[in-house]
Amino acid sequence: MFDEKNTETVLEVSNIEVVYNNIILVLRGVSLSVEKGGITALLGGNGAGKSTTLKSISNLLRSERGEVTKGSIAYNGDNIKDLNPADMVRRGVIQVMEGRHCFEHLTVEENLLTGAYTRKGGRAEVQESLELVYNYFPRLRERRKSLAGYTSGGEQQMTAIGRALMSVPETILLDEPSMGLAPQLVEEIFEIVKQLNEKENVSFLLAEQNTNVALKYAHKGYILESGRVVMDGPAKELRENPDVKEFYLGMSEEGRSSFKETRSYRRRKRWL
Amino acid sequence: MEILHMIFIAPFLDMVALPDLFFQGLWDGFVGGTLYALLALGFVLIFKASGVFNFSQPILMVLAALALVSFYEMGINPWISVALVLLLMYALAFGVERVILRNLVNQDGNILFMSTIGLTFVIIGAAQWIFGGVPRSMIHAELGFPVGSSEWPMFGGAVYFEHIDISAVVLASSLIAILAVFFSKTKIGRGLRAVADDHQAALSVGISLNQIWVIVWFVAGIVALVGGLFWGARSDVSFALQIIGLKALPVLIIGGFTSVPGAIIGGLIIGLGEKIFEIYWGPMMGGSVEGWFAYVIALVFLLFKPQGLFGEKIIERV
Repeated sequence: MFDEKNTETVLEVSNIEVVYNNIILVLRGVSLSVEKGGITALLGGNGAGKSTTLKSISNLLRSERGEVTKGSIAYNGDNIKDLNPADMVRRGVIQVMEGRHCFEHLTVEENLLTGAYTRKGGRAEVQESLELVYNYFPRLRERRKSLAGYTSGGEQQMTAIGRALMSVPETILLDEPSMGLAPQLVEEIFEIVKQLNEKENVSFLLAEQNTNVALKYAHKGYILESGRVVMDGPAKELRENPDVKEFYLGMSEEGRSSFKETRSYRRRKRWL
Repeated sequence: MEILHMIFIAPFLDMVALPDLFFQGLWDGFVGGTLYALLALGFVLIFKASGVFNFSQPILMVLAALALVSFYEMGINPWISVALVLLLMYALAFGVERVILRNLVNQDGNILFMSTIGLTFVIIGAAQWIFGGVPRSMIHAELGFPVGSSEWPMFGGAVYFEHIDISAVVLASSLIAILAVFFSKTKIGRGLRAVADDHQAALSVGISLNQIWVIVWFVAGIVALVGGLFWGARSDVSFALQIIGLKALPVLIIGGFTSVPGAIIGGLIIGLGEKIFEIYWGPMMGGSVEGWFAYVIALVFLLFKPQGLFGEKIIERV
């Protein structure tokens, strides 16, 4: 169980700047830290830089022609900037990408098995992890022989998370798990994230647009806006913060306000 | 009427009249088909793993065959020569990954395709410079493959089986079977299919693209060596083998670019089809229809079933 008083930082991102294709500046000095055994939420709208932040940690950035030009990223104290994604997976950091990215022409079970690609252990250990994943996601056990491309969005999200679990990770970078899912499914997925966090002791860094759900499950949060962290703090405080309520939860002091009012108000009042 | 009879009736009457000749044609076509299938498999593996249509596969076959013969001519034991060629193929796979693929990652498929054309000409130049361009004969006898032929009485006549053809069929089909199992059952095979489906996701679970690329190019090199050995034994070891290697292209169009069974079936269709067509319809068209028959079939497929017989199912959820 996560103890907010007694924490140990596993991941430390300090002041990173990310440039795509040598031209486009996406992150301008993002700093954040992830505590061991906690759920950290990274919030913000489209294009705020959430995915880019996650990709600079998992080092998937380079294959998209992006580069961390300034700042540093440390995992368990080691500088990880020059490692490749496979090294990161071996160190226990794995990303679940936005939009699931299942291998469509592989079966659900084959998808899960690819998650064990970097593992050295024998067949028995992998089988054990498979059982673990099926216990968390019983639905995947039923669908294990079907091609992942033919399963539903929720099942694909479960497959993607299960696949990451197969690498026996210490930290999962979860990018927008709620995308395109029905509210009920979103709750279901987040419940499982919570269980994995508590029972398997997996730390999460969670990028979400769905601020409401994310802050309900996270221990602390960061809010990104155009490549900068504009606010951070324990999830409880963020939930109560009037600005967050106004801009991200769509509520005003008098309760829910309409979208139109929110927008006009936003133009006048900005952070920074 | 005369011409219709020539096209639609006479050939079939001939088949029935001389069943031994027909069977001979089928056998020859089958041998060719198996070897086409093997070569096509080399293309399929690289296409699946890196999305590159590897134009240099045929020249790899020439290179492997030429190198094998040349090493032997230098006085090296034939089996050690085989090992050396494998080493050369591995070095090439490694080099291609380092120099070309790694630097062109995430580029458009056409750019990668062009780079393999470039690679083809580099290999042609280098091979001519190092090994010379004179046609030579394959060293299959020295490698212990049986030579000569047997005549089996059949259908009131006789069918000839070249021993080297029997070896070719056996070796090529076992290699195809091994590759098919490797592809569908092993961890690396699974990784390879994962890369084919989604580069980024494969990276995210820790599959090393660079490692996968070296493996598939090396496998393509092994396929090239086996192909070169047997095509070289059937004709000469020369740069003309490249034309034969390119026939894997229509095979792929028929079978589908991403399908292992497709490569096998496509290879057999082309091998059998062109042989039978050559024997029964060739004479009325002035002979040597074998050269273009495959491409005409491929064109028909492109018009009516462009994804091929077993091409990637386009998954659509509604």
